[in-house]
Amino acid sequence: MKELKLMKGNEALAEAAIRAGCDGYFGYPITPQSEVLEYLANEAKKRTGMVVLQAESEIAAINMIYGAAGTGKKVMTSSSSPGISLMQEGISYIACAELPCLLVNVVRGGPGLGTIQPSQGDYFQAVKGGGHGDYKLIVLAPSTVQEMVDHVKLGFELAFKWKNPVMILADGALGQMMEKVELFPQMERTNEIYPWATTGKTKDRERSIITSLHIQPDKMQEINLHLQRKYREIEKEEIRYEMIDCEDADLVLVAFGLVARICQKAAGLAKEKGIKVGIFRPISLFPYPYKELNKLADKVKGFLTVEMNAGQMVEDVRLAVNGKIPVEFTGKMGGIIPTPEEILHKIEEIYVGETA
Amino acid sequence: MNEKRMLEEEKHFETIIAEESVCTNDNLVYEKPETLTDTPMHYCPGCGHGVAHRLIAEVIDELGIQDKTIGVAPVGCSVFAYNYLNIDMTEAAHGRASAVATGIKRVLPDKYVFSYQGDGDLAAIGTGETIHTCNRGENILIIFINNGIYGMTGGQMAPTTLIGMKSTTTPFGREVEVMGNPLKITELIAQLPGVYYCTRVAVNTPNNVRKAKKAILNGFKYQELKKGLSFVEIVSNCPSNWKMTPLESNKWLEENMLPFYPLGDLKVPKNPPKADKGELI
Ligand SMILES: Cc1ncc(C[n+]2csc(CCOP(=O)(O)OP(=O)(O)O)c2C)c(N)n1
Ligand code: SF4
Ligand SMILES: [Mg+2]
Repeated sequence: MKELKLMKGNEALAEAAIRAGCDGYFGYPITPQSEVLEYLANEAKKRTGMVVLQAESEIAAINMIYGAAGTGKKVMTSSSSPGISLMQEGISYIACAELPCLLVNVVRGGPGLGTIQPSQGDYFQAVKGGGHGDYKLIVLAPSTVQEMVDHVKLGFELAFKWKNPVMILADGALGQMMEKVELFPQMERTNEIYPWATTGKTKDRERSIITSLHIQPDKMQEINLHLQRKYREIEKEEIRYEMIDCEDADLVLVAFGLVARICQKAAGLAKEKGIKVGIFRPISLFPYPYKELNKLADKVKGFLTVEMNAGQMVEDVRLAVNGKIPVEFTGKMGGIIPTPEEILHKIEEIYVGETA
Repeated sequence: MNEKRMLEEEKHFETIIAEESVCTNDNLVYEKPETLTDTPMHYCPGCGHGVAHRLIAEVIDELGIQDKTIGVAPVGCSVFAYNYLNIDMTEAAHGRASAVATGIKRVLPDKYVFSYQGDGDLAAIGTGETIHTCNRGENILIIFINNGIYGMTGGQMAPTTLIGMKSTTTPFGREVEVMGNPLKITELIAQLPGVYYCTRVAVNTPNNVRKAKKAILNGFKYQELKKGLSFVEIVSNCPSNWKMTPLESNKWLEENMLPFYPLGDLKVPKNPPKADKGELI
């Protein structure tokens, strides 16, 4: 029987973590995602024995994740923009040491202390590196509370499949809003022992060392080449996206996360005015669906990228399209969510410009 | 020096050592602990880090917990501790070793977990993690190597650098008006209820080395009780950056470091449990 519930995004995500058999959560409170830690503190230990610890800072939290992930356990943290900035050194270490873990950024408006309202201003940070050195996170962008749930399960699967940190890039609105969700059944905590993990060196194996230090340049280059080869494989296998009404569209809106849903409203309004508008929604932000967008560019007259930032993902859309068709941008910053009408206005502006 | 010449020199010295060695299979009384690997250590001659590593290895051997121990190496001269200790280890970011150890211990509560940290690592960049790990009473052992200097980065001032002591960033000696007083973090730590055992030892004389070993042994054993954190400060030397011979440095340590960082227990359990293996003080 389906288990349906009306839940807040952050709480649904926390519930999904328990159900996914997560072994440990380490985090520090910050709006708009403190409900994750609060929900887990209340529910997790009594239900699955999962470890839940409020760290003294995001720096401590990510380093607890580093230690715990090195033991092969299923561990996660969540935070919002300023906290995620503090975690970057640790994330770089985790990526280099190739440890599986789940990171959640419920993004708020920046820069600086900014605002507690929703934003997509951390796209670059999540997708292009964030911390020091050449590394990639697998980045998933949910657009519904349902996907907040699904991406937790998927995120852990991908993290262990690729031995790579996975980030869920949500926003403050998704974290705070309530929607109907279908929950997956409780999964067992696995207790699996991995040969690479620090679980105590037994006689039958070499010692496990979790490190990102390789002082010889040729060795460090080798590690880098290995990581890059892994990222190329991930690009081949893990592209996720959604296309709506793109078949006979003149203009396609490209948007991720919550904004893609607002774009759907805007597309509906455009249709009433006789403008055929499709939606392309990247779900994996790394790996990014460059090829799919490039193919789509052969069929339509233009793209309009809509984001809650100054124009970050639009750079990837332009890379994908490579000058084939015009790529326009509209966005809101500082915690303001664009309205369907505003997007429609931009669509009309472009459409009139293109057809004149 | 190019690599070829280095290898030639190494060979040359190995031959000399072999020729002049007085060790034979018959008179060998001192063996390498199993928990120590065969890798030659990169530490400077006379450095206390090497002695401290050996003590950890001996204790792990004696307790027979090699397969149940996970260590955390810091950023500092001992960043490569995992090359020498034949156990599972994680290398932490600068200052974060106690948070990393917390993460490990929380998900593997029945393992023995320790962090090994220098003074810059533990008492400057990682002060927050140190205090909170201790305050939570994590059931781990923190081994704190206080050599009063940043060894790895070439002799800059540490939080524990003595007043008047020269470093590359206090070339005229540490001035209180500019850099404040040396931080006695162990005295601070001892106040915290989460700390079960807190002591200060040194590795400059054979007698002190023996006491240091006992302290490390206690720190490991107490983890079984799950009563809180054990903190062992080891006052150590850095002949290279103190710009002294090993002997001079040990003498200087005795005369300058120990008066400011006095040896002895700062906190001991009221009724320490009987040990089944190893001797507890
Ligand atoms: C974030 C960061 N800042 C600075 C450094 C550079 N660094 C490496 S080791 C070190 C100081 C180490 O001194 P200490 O902890 O006393 O260890 P020792 O070498 O004396 O044993 C510093 C500043 C670094 N690796 N990472
Ligand atoms: S620099 Fe100092 S602390 Fe580092 S190995 Fe040499 S003597 Fe030891
Ligand atoms: Mg030092």
